[in-house]
Amino acid sequence: MASNRKKKTVLLQGNEAIVEGALAAGCRFFAGYPITPASEINELMSAKLPGLGGTFIQMEDEIASLGAVIGASLAGVKSLTATSGPGFSLMQENLGYACIAEVPCVIVNVMRGGPSTGLPTSPAQGDVLQARWGTHGDHPIVVMAVSSVSDCFSVTVNAFNISEKYRVPVIILSDEVVAHTRETITLSTPETVEVVDRITPNVPPEWYLPYEDNSRGVPPMAAMGDGYRHHVTGLIHDAHGYPTQRPKEVEAFTRRQFRKITNGFYEIQQVKKFHMDDAEIAVIAYGAVSRSAHRAVVRAREQGIKAGLLQLITLFPFPKTAVVSALRQCNTVMIPEMNMGQISREIKRVNQEKTKIIKHNRIDGQFITPDEIYDKLLRE
Amino acid sequence: MDEERYEVRLSGSGGQGIILAAVILAEAAGIYEGHHVCQAQSYGPEARGGKCKAEVVISDNPIDYPKVTQQDMLLAMNQAACDAYFFDFKPNGLLLVDSTLVEQLPTSRVVAIPFTQIAREKTGKAITANMVALGAIAHLCPLVKLKSMESALKIRVPKDTRDMNLEALKAGAKAARAINLASLPRSIIPQEEEEI
Repeated sequence: MASNRKKKTVLLQGNEAIVEGALAAGCRFFAGYPITPASEINELMSAKLPGLGGTFIQMEDEIASLGAVIGASLAGVKSLTATSGPGFSLMQENLGYACIAEVPCVIVNVMRGGPSTGLPTSPAQGDVLQARWGTHGDHPIVVMAVSSVSDCFSVTVNAFNISEKYRVPVIILSDEVVAHTRETITLSTPETVEVVDRITPNVPPEWYLPYEDNSRGVPPMAAMGDGYRHHVTGLIHDAHGYPTQRPKEVEAFTRRQFRKITNGFYEIQQVKKFHMDDAEIAVIAYGAVSRSAHRAVVRAREQGIKAGLLQLITLFPFPKTAVVSALRQCNTVMIPEMNMGQISREIKRVNQEKTKIIKHNRIDGQFITPDEIYDKLLRE
Repeated sequence: MDEERYEVRLSGSGGQGIILAAVILAEAAGIYEGHHVCQAQSYGPEARGGKCKAEVVISDNPIDYPKVTQQDMLLAMNQAACDAYFFDFKPNGLLLVDSTLVEQLPTSRVVAIPFTQIAREKTGKAITANMVALGAIAHLCPLVKLKSMESALKIRVPKDTRDMNLEALKAGAKAARAINLASLPRSIIPQEEEEI
């Protein structure tokens, strides 16, 4: 990683930019188990964290990795883990624990072909709905997708900020293409990165209720060892953090989980629009595929076709407002994905069969090319 | 297809330093020349052997699609790679081959230089053939100067091999300067056909 001191422009892989983003956001703990195509995140974290006073642990597996991350976060340290499909499957149990205990943490899943060990060195987008619903039980969660090296930096900072602000685990979905593509990026200096930290209690320890509701639905969070009593459990709990089965308390707890995320929709649901102002046909894409889609849209415009691109950064909570407005504006919407159609299910759900939807699915372990999208746009 | 993009593919077998060469090229073009660059690669699970390719897209505008669509330049460090990756060559593209290892040429727009042989003679190590090739690219690619390539190389290679690699790079550039590019056909599509 060479750097030109004057410009601070460097050539980084997507995985390396995720590390830079995490460190800029204040992450000082990483626990993980290396796996292709996410290993560079582990590697670089192990090199960088000790020098920053942080901690890197290589764990025995991915279950333990997320367990360690949850523990570190409860102790007040911003924490990250990174994996790929097989490891992400193992993490689902502890992911539920992070949800119910409202522990801020960020989990990077660099998607590869699956299921199981699948295609270790090939890109895919098969884990989208797993990220949303992989852990059991009714729960809100935030899932974001990255498409470029600069995205990897900014979305990771954002993921940490959302995670801290709403006390919710945030999943970053990357893929093999983004992870291993090198691009130049001008790294922001630490002073210019907006960093959000969790709210800590400002009441005396004897008054502190770790899971008490408030207007935001996000209770202040004391770090373990700060002198505040703080009971953490995977059982549904009351305001004190102790298990409860009283229907009123259970309902209030679960509703608050959803309310805190719903309150933040405007901030959490992020999209990018390209040539959408007068678009009559739109491509809705996310991750690396949105880059192929952008090329296809630019070429279609050169042919006089009024095409546009809606790129989803946040996949869940599903950015319904932006998608519905694209659906209402356009005659046709095309959805290219490196899976059998996971986000297209969501789009069809909110479309209610009013706008024509074309799917384009590639499941052979290869990246979708601009030509494939362009040809379909041309046919419409 | 997209005139603002200059697309280079470097190919060979795993262990020849193809990806390192691509990273240095990307760094030279991106950091030292100030272009937008995207460097992507694909390789099998093998540590050595197996086909290996690395791609560098250079443009003055932000790059969306990060991979090669049509090659302006293909470097083939062995015959298998030359056969496998020639398919999306631009009619006016340039094929650059290691003539020590590539014998059958699929096009007439080719610059054949014995990279491995030059590496053996200059540095005594065949493994520096990738740097010899990079030197030739520095001369043949209009968007990168040899000086930028040298600066990028100095940072990317281990200190104790720096001089050896620099020597290989310069030898490659020198060999490329000796080639008369004007003698090559302008396009691999025959003139009549192109006009149709």
